[in-house]
This record gives sequence, structure tokens and C-alpha cells, in this order.
Amino acid sequence: MSFQPVKFYQTGTYTVGNRLLAPDERSVQANQMRGNSINSGHRACQGCGEALGARYAIDAAMVESNGQLIAANATGCLEVFSTPYPESSWQVPWIHSLFGNTAAVATGIAAAMKAKGRHEVRVVAQGGDGGTTDIGFGCLSGMFERNDDVLYICYDNEGYMNTGVQRSSATPPAARTATTMPVGPEPGNVFGQGKNVPEIAMAHGIPYVATATVADLRDLEYKVRKAMRMHGARYIQIFVPCPLGWGTASHDTIRIARLAKESGMFPVFEAEHGEVTSVLKIRNKVAIGEYLKPQKRFAHLFGKHAHPETVARLQAIADRNIRKYGLLEEETD
Amino acid sequence: MLKQTEGSKAVAEAIALCRPEVICAYPISPQTHIVEALGEMVKAGELAPCEFINVESEFAAMSVAIGSSAAGARSYTATASQGLLFMVEAVYNAAGLGLPIVMTVANRAIGAPINIWNDHSDSLSQRDSGWMQLFAETNQEAVDLHIQAFRLAEELSMPIMVCMDGFILTHAFERVDIPAQEQVDAYLPPFDPRQVLDPAEPVSIGAMVGPEAFMEVKYLAHAKQMQALERIPQLADEFKKIFGRDSGGLVRTYRADDAETMIVAMGSVLGTIKDVVDEMRAEGHKIGVLGIISFRPFPLEQVRAALIKSKRFIVLEKSLAVGMGGIVATNVRMAVTGSGLRGFTAIAGLGGRAIPKSSLHKLFRQAEQEKLEPVTFVDLDWDVVNKQLEREKQNRRSGPIAENILFDKGMSSSAKFG
Amino acid sequence: MPSKPFAITLKPGTSLANLTGTWRTARPVYLDRLPPCNNACPAGENIQGWLFHAESGDYEQAWRVLVQDNPLPAVMGRVCYHPCEGACNRGQLDSAVGINSVERFLGDEAIKRGWKFEVPAHGSGKKVLVVGAGPSGLSAAYHLACMGHKVEIHEAGPLAGGMMRFGIPKYRLPRDVLDAEVQRILDLGVTLKLNTKVASIDLSMRQGGFDAAFLAVGAHIGKRTTIPAGDASHIVDAVSVLRSMEGEDKPMLGRKVVVYGGGNTAIDVARTVKRMGGEPIIVYRRTRDKAPAHDFEIEEALQEGVMIKWLSTIKQAGAGEITVEKMELDDKGFPQPTGEFETLAADSVVLALGQDVDLSLLDGVPGLEVKDGVVQVAPNMMTGFPGIFAGGDMVPSQRTVTVAVGHGKKAARHIDAWLNGTNYESAAKHELAEFEKLNPWYYSDADKTVRPMLDIIRRQTSFDEVQGGLDETNALFEARRCLSCGNCFECDNCYGVCPDNAVIKLGPGKGFEFNYDYCKGCGICVAECPCGAIKMVAEDI
Repeated sequence: MSFQPVKFYQTGTYTVGNRLLAPDERSVQANQMRGNSINSGHRACQGCGEALGARYAIDAAMVESNGQLIAANATGCLEVFSTPYPESSWQVPWIHSLFGNTAAVATGIAAAMKAKGRHEVRVVAQGGDGGTTDIGFGCLSGMFERNDDVLYICYDNEGYMNTGVQRSSATPPAARTATTMPVGPEPGNVFGQGKNVPEIAMAHGIPYVATATVADLRDLEYKVRKAMRMHGARYIQIFVPCPLGWGTASHDTIRIARLAKESGMFPVFEAEHGEVTSVLKIRNKVAIGEYLKPQKRFAHLFGKHAHPETVARLQAIADRNIRKYGLLEEETD
Repeated sequence: MLKQTEGSKAVAEAIALCRPEVICAYPISPQTHIVEALGEMVKAGELAPCEFINVESEFAAMSVAIGSSAAGARSYTATASQGLLFMVEAVYNAAGLGLPIVMTVANRAIGAPINIWNDHSDSLSQRDSGWMQLFAETNQEAVDLHIQAFRLAEELSMPIMVCMDGFILTHAFERVDIPAQEQVDAYLPPFDPRQVLDPAEPVSIGAMVGPEAFMEVKYLAHAKQMQALERIPQLADEFKKIFGRDSGGLVRTYRADDAETMIVAMGSVLGTIKDVVDEMRAEGHKIGVLGIISFRPFPLEQVRAALIKSKRFIVLEKSLAVGMGGIVATNVRMAVTGSGLRGFTAIAGLGGRAIPKSSLHKLFRQAEQEKLEPVTFVDLDWDVVNKQLEREKQNRRSGPIAENILFDKGMSSSAKFG
Repeated sequence: MPSKPFAITLKPGTSLANLTGTWRTARPVYLDRLPPCNNACPAGENIQGWLFHAESGDYEQAWRVLVQDNPLPAVMGRVCYHPCEGACNRGQLDSAVGINSVERFLGDEAIKRGWKFEVPAHGSGKKVLVVGAGPSGLSAAYHLACMGHKVEIHEAGPLAGGMMRFGIPKYRLPRDVLDAEVQRILDLGVTLKLNTKVASIDLSMRQGGFDAAFLAVGAHIGKRTTIPAGDASHIVDAVSVLRSMEGEDKPMLGRKVVVYGGGNTAIDVARTVKRMGGEPIIVYRRTRDKAPAHDFEIEEALQEGVMIKWLSTIKQAGAGEITVEKMELDDKGFPQPTGEFETLAADSVVLALGQDVDLSLLDGVPGLEVKDGVVQVAPNMMTGFPGIFAGGDMVPSQRTVTVAVGHGKKAARHIDAWLNGTNYESAAKHELAEFEKLNPWYYSDADKTVRPMLDIIRRQTSFDEVQGGLDETNALFEARRCLSCGNCFECDNCYGVCPDNAVIKLGPGKGFEFNYDYCKGCGICVAECPCGAIKMVAEDI
């Protein structure tokens, strides 16, 4: 993925900025005058991945739309920590309606802008995984199917964190949540069939679907900006670790996201009109344990009453992702 | 322009005259003909600029309207019955956010048992949602109320349901005077939103409000509806000046001047009631009618004024507060608190049960003689009901109620062959 | 516009009123850590500092930062054994940054572009005598001149450079490069008197009216060992062989030349002999891994056809041949004789067993301490006699050009202080930027650039420089491989990764600062700083 046009600064290709790049080639986040769509003073936990991911995404969308952006927001952490009366962190026009209707609200905004002939104004909808893959799924699918001119961004922290860390359909198997406690013969979340919403989005054949993590800013910005240059229904799922809900150190948020990608647990790819067009390759493959161990939600899989067979099942999921998406560089002779 | 047309079609034309910018549609009987007609107009380019969105649910319909209204577009949708209930969360939300959406509710019963016919259970279930609710008596009034509704909603920045009886009005062909575009334009100015999502002036709409300010927010919504009590009659007056007819307002009385017995009702049943009252008046009964147009806000003062000179009143309503009695009646009784008036509740027409004149004659006469129970179920088949109650007394697992009723009425196949 | 609805609609960005910094239990602070390369550099170069400028293509600025510590980058880029690269953290990632090659590029670029040192505006009025124009003396002269002192170098030999000229062969250090860097130092106003042997330092100082002196006469006397030898045997020492290479009369060694020793000088002589058409054989008593010569030099010598007999000592030298005894290592790694002998053809034997210092100039100076043939100096490089300082090979040291240059700088600082009646206090060293302090994820995979080597035939037959330099493209690439250990290189990571926008970017060259009003102390900036230039400090609560 050539999200940085010139890979010439050997110490800077993966960093946020690069003092040697031409200004127009720099990341949005590196800009001294960047917009900070979410202002300081928000009430997100220390090290919140969602606060970070949302600023990355919306700042990029703002730049790509020349500041002509309206955002709709599902109920959830992002909404609660950004807009408790009497203060708002948002610097973009923003609306919160309900938990499960954000895609539809965004459709309404886009329809209004179209009716008013304000074609320059672009619409972003955003929600957590609960508001997206569970309760908001119907509206999301409707928005996709109609190909409404909305970019929907799901900040995936794999559970209902705002309500106290309950399981969502995006919670990984074996993970501890408040509703999938690590007790009984099969502790943690069930090994279901999973619910791969990016793939479901692709099945709608919409113009653009992508996944990204807060550990790869340049990739994330590239995808948001690319999505913003397109019209119709677009979906980006951004992996945002939750220190509180996952039981990780607040300084580890980006590292955990990186390990999720490097282990193959969270495949990072993009797709157009239902077909995968590129994947972000794993750079230094790690075993699943390296990703799981720093997280207390998986602590019951290790230690005195370890569940190596469960770890193996999770490894199998990662391996399947690696095979399916071709996440490893081909060995070249 | 006068034309013979279906109620739904007339309402659709009225909506189109109001120049809506976003319409969201999801099919549910009996409102479908309205959005079908609007969809065709948008598709044909007769209604432009306007976006017509075929959503995937009523919840989405209201949600799309929330988005479009917040973005400054005049927004409309229509629903009924289960559909209204399915969108309830968004219904409350639209009101809480103060978004002036206009929605037609083609009133229909709520299941189970599923039933597509008219009563008022659906919109009355939303009486505390923060929406204003205007009930149309005729298709002409339905047309007129929609035009007034946009004006009122946008002035106060509060949503309004225009309620019209499903099938009885929506599917009825009547003569309706469809206003001219110039008239509507003269009456209804372009939408100037109180708050709008606009990159030119960003705001954050829909904040989380804690105990420190929540009550104030709620009071302010209440205060707005109190303001509407003043504006609704004024808007009806202005309407008359431009369109030349009485339409709307809070309440309307009929032959009430010297009435000792007043019949209170909402919606199309008022027509039948008036016929019965005419006939009884001809026989010398001192009986009159109070039609309530604005159920929310509820015009306590106007209702009291209309009833206070009578001796008794009977509220005939197409809704039932199960375990309690009437819904409208409770509101009316509130209006006459301390007056000493005798009040009766008559539950009628649930699930589309016909309300024949004969039943009303009987009911009103009993009311005059004050020989009514506090709550009367008009034309209830006591035989069926009592049999079932008896069965249940003997055996808790006495089978499906509906099946049993059909059996008792000799209408089921098991009755035929059993 | 009507007023906005109460409470449910809010003004944008107003959360600034909520100072989340109060949540913090630990705060991030920026710091500079000491890069391992800088720590390892005997000349005290700020390597990370000059690479920073080279990365941006500002070679002149890079060169200027470099020469603040070392006036001989083109020489250094050829002859330094670069301990910096051994310490480089990048070695744990792929391979060390080619610091030496970038240094050479900068040095060559400076010569090509004619960059000059800035002559100080005001003189101090003090005069300093430097004895010896080797790397240490030149370095001291340069630094003293930059400090405004009048410097005079007295050099016994006919040319400046010391061991850089008379000890290091041309194929490793072309003389035009050396001449250019010496001249640039002289252009500062340094007086160089050649063929001026200081017989008595006391006398020379009094005669010249010098306020202080820096002695750096080097070690030029080849060590001898007792080898039973016949009259016809031809035994010479390595230093004189290499020195005579610089004169008109090339050494007469014959065809078969045995070089005795395992240090870099032995390798230099053997490779020189090869280039003169001879057949050199190195005889060394221990094994390759125990040899003091750098392995890459041994490798290059072998490539060029130099023969080496490991674990061998010369027992006897005769006419046209020598006898060697095979050795074996004991448990402690010391070579022990085996009693097995072998005869080798040898027209001459060159002894490369190390050098001694000619200390005659110090005769009669009171207070000096000489131990193991070298002058003892205090930590400030001053000898036992006030005002006389010494450095380079004549004091206890590793005897490399780079160490010598470092001595010159260090001595110059102390001489300057001494002349001013003060003491020079060097700044406290920063804590070391160990590899564990870095987040290496952020560095792209990029293997070291290999410098071009001269083809083998020309290496065997000419004194052309063996190792080529980098061109601009690959010098830039190599500079950019620097991890900037412990020092902010403005990658914007802290600025980007803060979920609370609590890092303020001050603009190019100005770095960043924390906005503690909003910093919640999550520590992501510390974890994601590639180069370890931020640390967490507990808050006083």
C-alpha cells in the first residue's frame, strides 16, 4: 500500500511525521496546525484507543473534505466522553441520536445536503462495535444496500465498554467480559462463528471497505482519505484497543493494536466493490500468545490453570486470516 | 382545487405542497398509499428538490428524518401501528432533540393479535413522547392539518404527528379542496431551523445531559407545548384568512350551547356522532359534541370551558388503557376536576370494530339517564367474553383465546365439524 | 438565528474547560540520552548530531557539527576503526549504521567544496607550543586556534601527519586527502615548523615565549626482539619500512618478505610489500581471533594474497631463510612451543612488534613521571610539570588516530582553562540510550550500504585507495539509517499518538513540549517514541 509516496527516510516511514517530507506528503496528524476534531479536555480514559482513532479518522476526513464535514455518532464511549453537558470536544458539526441508528441519521444528513444542493458537504457516521455490528446493524446494512453517500467508521474495541465491558458480536472467542466471565469448563466468550462485518459490508458490494488500526497511522489516513474521495456507501473498521476493557497498560494501546495486526488476529486490508484490493502485510509475525498475554481479558488462558488448547484455537483463527488474506510476504528466492 | 380523491392521495398532495426536502418511507398499512404517491411524485420530478429514501425499517425512517431535519431539511415520514412502536426510541429522540419533523400516523390497532384496522392505540401510546398530536376528523382536515403542522413544528422546533384514522380516512374517496401552491407558500415560510448541522457554524447536537440539567430540558419541552396551546388557534385563524375555511385549532364544539350531555371524541368518529346528535336533537335531546383536535398539547382550559355548562359528558374513544379504562377520558376528567360533572368512558371501535349509529343512540340515551358504568365497552360480545372467563376459571390452560372466541361465535372450522 | 436548544446542543470545542491533567499520576518529560555511538567515540564526536544534519542533506552543517570535535573527518572516515559502529544500536536491528563511510563522505565533500574553518574574531594573546604534527598535535592545534590562542607546531619530520603519513599506507589514506585536512588547520593561522626537532622542551618554550605546551611526539621507534640471526640476515622494523615508503628511496626487502607480528602495522607492511611485487608472509605466534589487527584488515590482506602463518614464532633468521616453530595455545590461551620446526624462504624479516616513544625532549624537565616508556598525565592531560600537557601515543593509550585526536581536543580544553586560570569541567554525561529504550518498530528495514572496493588486481599491484567512498545517494541513505538514539529527531510520534492532544509541536527545529493541562499521563508517547527521548516521571501527589 503506497500510502507514503516516497519511502526515502529510513527512520521515518512508520512514524507519524517526518521532518524531511514535503508538506503535502506528510500525515495529517503531523501537521502543526492540524484540526484536532476532538479537542483536549474530553473524558476518555488514559490511553484510550478510540479517542485516538477517532481523531486520526475525523481529522483526515476533515482535510480531505476541505472542512466540509458533518459527523453522526452512535451512543457509546466516544459519544459520552466527548459531549457531556455543558462541554463538547467536537470541533466539527456533530450529532448524536441513538445507539442503533447512526447509519440512518447519516443517510438523512446526506439526503438533506443533496436536496439542498450542497454537494461539497460530506457525511461521516461513527460508532463503536456494539453500535455497529449489533444494535446498529440493520440501519448499517440499509445504508449499504441503498449505497447512500456516507462513510461509516466503526471503532472496534471488541465489546460494550461504556456500559461496563460486556460482550458484543465483535468480542473475540475466549475473551473475558462482564457477561462472559472466565469461569466454567470453557471460560470467557464462546467460540461462535464470528461476525465479520467488513466482509458483510463487502457482500453488499459497496464501493469501499477497509480495516485499519491505530498502530498504522499512515495506513489509516490513507484509507480514510481514499474513502472520502469516493462516493456512495463506504465502511472502515478501525481497531482501537481499550485499556480499561481489555486490562492492558494505558501506554500499550498502540503496541497491542500492532500485535493484533502482526499476529494475524486483525487482518488489515481494503476492498473495492466487494473484492479485496490490497492487504497490509505482516512485518514481523508474532505468535498469538504475544498478543494475548499483555491483556488481562485473556489472562485465564495462561498461568496455573492454562488453556493451551484454547490458545491453539485462537492461533488457528489468526492462521486462517493469514492464509485467507495473504498477510505474509511471499517467500522469494 | 376541489377534487374527488382518496384521503391518502390528498394528504400526499398536501405534503408535496409543503415542499418537503427529505421523505423517508417504509411500508405499513394503512399509510402506504401516502408515501407511494409521494414516491411517484419525487420519481417523476414533480417534487424537487426532494430526496425520497426507501428505508429498511420504521426505526430507520424516523432516524433518517432525524438526520435530515438536523441538517436543516424539511423532513416527513408516515407510519402506523407496529411501525410506530418499532420507531419509538427514535420518536422520543426526535422530540428530545427538538427536531420539527412532521409524521402522519394512519391510526391502526396494535397487536397481538395482529390487526390492521383502525383505532387510536398507536398514537396514544406516544402521548408522552414529546410530539404534538393533531387528530383529523375528515380528509379535508387531514390535508389542512399537515400544512399547519409544518408551520407549527418549525416555529416551535418540535415534531408533530398528524393522526388520521386508518382506512376510514386514508382509503376513503371524498371531495377534498386541495390548496394552491401559492396559498401554501404564503402560509408556510421556508424552514429556518433553530439548530442546524453546518460546517460553517459547527455545533454538537445531542449531548449527554446529567441530573444537573435534565429536568430543565424536559420542562422546556413542556413549556413549548404550552406555547403551542396559544399558537394553534392563531395558526388556524391565519389559515382561514388564506385558505378560507375553518380547520384545525385545539377543540371544536357542535350544538353544544345548551347541551346537558356532551359527547367527547377525536377523529373521524365525530362524523357519526354528529349525525346521531342531529337525530337526537331533532327528538329534543339537549346533547352536543366536543371534538378534540389537539390531543398533545392537551387543551385543558378549552375542554373545561366546552363542558362546564353541561351536566354530564361521555368520552367515546378508540383506545383502551388496559387495566384502567380510557386514555382520552382520563385527560378530559383532568380538565373538569372539581366541577362536579358526571363523566363516562366509552371504549369503542377497537381494532376496527364498527361503531354504528344505533349503538351510539343507545349509548347516549343511557348516558343522559346516567345509567352507565364508569367504563362502557360499546358492542362488546359479553356472551363470548363470559364463556372464556368461565373456561379460564375452570382450567388455566383453556386454549387460545381467539380460537375459542371464533368457536363460540360458530365461526371456526372446528365448530363446523366439531 | 434563534437561540440554540438548552443543554442538548453545545458549542464546539468547549471541553477545553475540563483540565484532564489533574488525572495524572506520572508525567512524561523529554530528555536527551547519550547515543551509544557518541559514547564509544574516542574523539568525542557528536555522531548522532552530525548525522541528523546529513539526513536532511545539509552536509555542510553536518560537517560543521562534526569538526567541532574532530578536524580530520576525511582522514577519520578512512582510518578510524569506528568503535561507534560496534556500539551502534542499529546493529541489533539489521546492521550498524555506516558512520565511518558517512564521515568520509562529509570529509571528502568538504575538501571538494573547499569548506573552511571559521577563524576566531579575537585572539587570547596566549601562545601555545605543540610538539608533533601527528593527529593528536594537529587536533590540539586546531582546537586551541579555534579558542583564539596563537599556536605553533614544531615537527621533527619533513612533512606533517605523523603516523597518518609515516605509518598508514597510501592505499588506506591517500596523501592528498591528508594534505588538504592539514592545510585547513594551518589556514586557521597555525604556524607549522617542519624539520624542527625539539631537543629540549624547556628551552623551546622559553625561546619561543610559549605560555603552555602540548607534547604529541608519537611513538616512532620500532621495537626489536632478540632473534638469533646470521650476518647475512636482513632484519628491519616496520615503522622504518613504512616511513621509507614516503621518501625517494623505497625500502629494499627482496622478494620473500616475512613480517613478524599480528597487529595492524604487520598487515600494513605485508600489504605494502604485496603492492611492491613482493611475496609477504606474516608470522604470528597466536591465532587469528587473538590477533590485535582488525579482522577486516586481515581479511583484506588474505584477499590480496598475503600469506599468514598462525601459531608460529621465528626461532632463527639466516641467509635467505628463517626457521619458525609451531606453537599451540594452552588452557589460558597463551602460545606454547611445540618443538616442531619449519623453514621458510625469507629475503628479509620485518619486525612489526610495536613502537616506543622518543622521550629525549623531556630530559631535564622536573616532575615528570615516565612509566612503561610513556609519559604519565593527569586526567586533564597535564604532565607533572605545570603548563606542559601531553597526548597521543606518548601517553598511556590505545594508540589509534582517533584516540589521538580525542587527546588533542581534551588537552586543548584543559590548556585553555589552565591559561585562563580555571578548570575545565566537562558536562555530566547523559544516561545511555540503550537499545531497550528504543521502539525499533518505527525504523524501516534497511541494510547497511556496502562501500565499493577496488578490484583485486589493482589492489595487488597499485597503491590506489582500496576502499571507495559513498556517493551522495547512498551516503544520504546511510545517514538516514541512524536511529537517532536518545535524541528527538522530530518524527512527530508523540505529537500524533497522544489521545489528548497534549503535545504541542513547536515547529521545525524546535521540538515539542507537553501541555500538562490536558496530559493524563497514559505514557503512550513514551512507549511509541522511536528513539527513547521521553521518559515518565512520577508526579508528587
